[in-house]
Amino acid sequence: MNDTNLTIKNLHLSFGATEVLKGINLDIKQGEFFSFLGSSGSGKSTLLRAIAGFGPTPKGQILIGGQDIADLPPWEREVGMVFQSYALWPHMTVAKNVAFGLEERKVAKAEVNKRVIEALDMVGLADYADRRPSQLSGGQQQRVALARTIVVEPRILLLDEPLSNLDANLRVQMRQDILALQRKLNLTTIFVTHDQEEANSISDRMALLSNGVVQQVGTPLALYDKPCNNFVASFLGTANIFSGEVQDDNGTKIFVTNKNVKIELPKIDTPIKSVVIRPQNINLSAVNDAAASKGGLIGVVTKTEFLGSHIRYEVIVDGELFIVDQHHHLNGEFFEKSSEVQLIINKDQTVILN
Amino acid sequence: MVGLFIAAFLALFLLVPVVKVIYVAFIDPATGDFTLLNFKDFFDSSLFRESFYNSFYVSAMSVIVATLIAMPLAYFTTRFNFKGAAIIQTLGIIPLIMPPFVGAVAMKLLFGTNGSINLLLEEYLGINIPFMEGLNGVILVQSIHYFPFILINLSAALINIDSSMEEAAQNLGTRGLRLFRKIVFPLAMPGYIAGAALVFIKVFDDLGTPLLLDVNKMLAPQAYLRISSIGISDPMGYVISVILIAISLFSLWASFQAMKGRDYSSVQKGGGGLSKRDLKTGERIMVYAVIGFILFMVLSPHIGLLLLSFSTIWSFAVLPDGYTFAHYYTAFSSASGYITNTLIYAGLAALFDVVLGVAIAYIVYRTGLIGRKWLDYGASAALAIPGVVLGIGYLRTFHNVEVPIVGEPLASWWVIIVIALTIRRFPYALRACVAAIQQVSVMLEEAAENLGANKRRSVFKIVVPLMSGGIIAGFVTSFATASVELSATIMLVAKESDAPLAYGIYEFLQSASGRGPGAALGILAVIIVGLGTYFSHRIIERGEKKRNAAVAVNEE
Repeated sequence: MNDTNLTIKNLHLSFGATEVLKGINLDIKQGEFFSFLGSSGSGKSTLLRAIAGFGPTPKGQILIGGQDIADLPPWEREVGMVFQSYALWPHMTVAKNVAFGLEERKVAKAEVNKRVIEALDMVGLADYADRRPSQLSGGQQQRVALARTIVVEPRILLLDEPLSNLDANLRVQMRQDILALQRKLNLTTIFVTHDQEEANSISDRMALLSNGVVQQVGTPLALYDKPCNNFVASFLGTANIFSGEVQDDNGTKIFVTNKNVKIELPKIDTPIKSVVIRPQNINLSAVNDAAASKGGLIGVVTKTEFLGSHIRYEVIVDGELFIVDQHHHLNGEFFEKSSEVQLIINKDQTVILN
Repeated sequence: MVGLFIAAFLALFLLVPVVKVIYVAFIDPATGDFTLLNFKDFFDSSLFRESFYNSFYVSAMSVIVATLIAMPLAYFTTRFNFKGAAIIQTLGIIPLIMPPFVGAVAMKLLFGTNGSINLLLEEYLGINIPFMEGLNGVILVQSIHYFPFILINLSAALINIDSSMEEAAQNLGTRGLRLFRKIVFPLAMPGYIAGAALVFIKVFDDLGTPLLLDVNKMLAPQAYLRISSIGISDPMGYVISVILIAISLFSLWASFQAMKGRDYSSVQKGGGGLSKRDLKTGERIMVYAVIGFILFMVLSPHIGLLLLSFSTIWSFAVLPDGYTFAHYYTAFSSASGYITNTLIYAGLAALFDVVLGVAIAYIVYRTGLIGRKWLDYGASAALAIPGVVLGIGYLRTFHNVEVPIVGEPLASWWVIIVIALTIRRFPYALRACVAAIQQVSVMLEEAAENLGANKRRSVFKIVVPLMSGGIIAGFVTSFATASVELSATIMLVAKESDAPLAYGIYEFLQSASGRGPGAALGILAVIIVGLGTYFSHRIIERGEKKRNAAVAVNEE
């Protein structure tokens, strides 16, 4: 197998005067399932299209296996792309659509037929070869688009929000199928999505983009647990983010929020800008006097939301809002609105942002 | 009730005359028995066989030449970024706003054996190209006049192609001409076929152009000449009519067959159109040269006509000998009757068209009336009926129907011209009204009813005002095209004082001395139609805002 590591070096791209990619650097390893996650306008689709060779010419390098492809036209890149709208050609049958890329590569007729059948078999649509795209459901069209792309054995597979036009159940099914196919072919794959659940469930690693800048790269778990800035922390899931500073409290250093709530941290050395605490990392209990006298965090419940497996509370402590998730068990504890509660934060479950 | 009235109107003035024409074609004039003898006579005559062949040849060649004109314009303007794309698209539509037979005279002066171009060619290259000789002339005039149908349809089809269709092919290794041949053109095919079929039918049915170019050995002129010289009892006119209808219907049918299952627009999501690219300097020069040449050809009838209308004498010369305003004076002083008649006829016809159009559009899209689709089909069928055939049908059906009070046969009363124009232009107005009503959400009407307005009031206070852009566009299209219509009216004009502008121009252009004033009238007609077209565009654009609001509700 050829080297299909993808390296992007200092990539800049502008639409007219608007810069949409501002110096992207990424290393995507051979056989990796990698996601670009971001909201609309973050530049994730632009970056994907730049890898395929569409859109304005970028500045910087795009290397596959060490070869710079940034100056190649799209038809010489050997980079397979599945379009968000599928882009199946309506004037051709399913088989013709899938055969197209092979015919362009002057593959012998018998070989084309064999590989088309194989590819359609792989996506479970061998019986639909003679249909027109318009006679297929959205999910089936999606599979044909996938078959059409992988049949030419591209060096890299690019998927541009491939699931966004499918309904919710199909989406979950399809993403597992895509992942299984990718593992089977050991194909370096980039998956663009705005849906963090999708990215979390399918990616080996992912890059979170915002404003044309890569905010953080890592495994889904690492990005969630160890966000490197406020944006990442608040984009992925729900987070309590408190700004404040380190103060001296009777000889011990402690983090104090802008509204004067004290939070214990595992270690304090460099200046700290803010602290992130996920709602599930805070425990609530009824107020006991001993704790209260020791200066524990006491707050008032201002809102409760029952969400099935857990209950979400909004608790105000000295004017600072805490979002707290508590698992819901049968006969478990429930704090009514306006009741006083005590918040217990395990200092090892806090994340420090410098 | 309204539906019944419209159905009766269509039956009386479309169905009955056409059926009558077909019926007469199969009847032995002597005995009144059913016979196929008339058709045998037709095909036994070498003149008719030649006419039949000529009509076919001219129509097919016109489609080819029109394609050669339209294809580069459509492709360049939708494909590349360059200045003037909008102007080119607009200029490309200008030929439609001139009656083709008017252009024919001007084209003769420019491209004829002794026309400007050939005089220049002879002087510098010593050659003379028979652009305008016989059938060549008809093909040239017709393709220059009708190519916009292909341009408009093809451009629209190209613009609607989702750019990802093209990108997907590039991603799989295709480029350039191969990309165009395998992906882009097949996807634009439905638009091309629609345009080409329209050109074929229009050319096959057209009467004025061959008549003015003295090409009589074609079907439509033969039908006209038989009826006008031998009389309405001669069966040959009817046989030709049946053949014209059959060919029209066949072409429509064939184009529908070819387009079947090729409505790609619904399959393509996203949109955005073809990705445009910049031209390199060399390419740009070539593209502008090609476009410049095409635009010169396309605008030559207008240029020629304008020169002719101002010229003292223009014969055997590259340009006129001198210039004068006298023709305009003559035209206005002697032809004001034509102008008034045209404004009245075309205005009334366009008014009837939109009233009927709104009614049918409403009935078809908002009620459950039985047979409502047939109203739509019936009205659209008028498109397949050549003007000559309608004219012959009216003459035959209504020549002994006395109109009370007026004391004239209906066939020679001026109102019949208005009715003929109404029927002929109805499909245009109907399409505009249908498009308009489809943009108005049912919910807007239901909201009015929910607040206590009855059906009538909600239609007049909500639906019609929201349709106004489409209604006005329909009115203007009908008005503009009706004011230059010749093929049906030429048969129905009973006396000079009832004649409309197109007929007047035709009469003027017949004689050498009348060419100047005829050209001046022609320019006038172009201005009327041009202004009409311009205003309808303006109104559609202004209505866009209002309609967008309605569309937004539609999409909820």
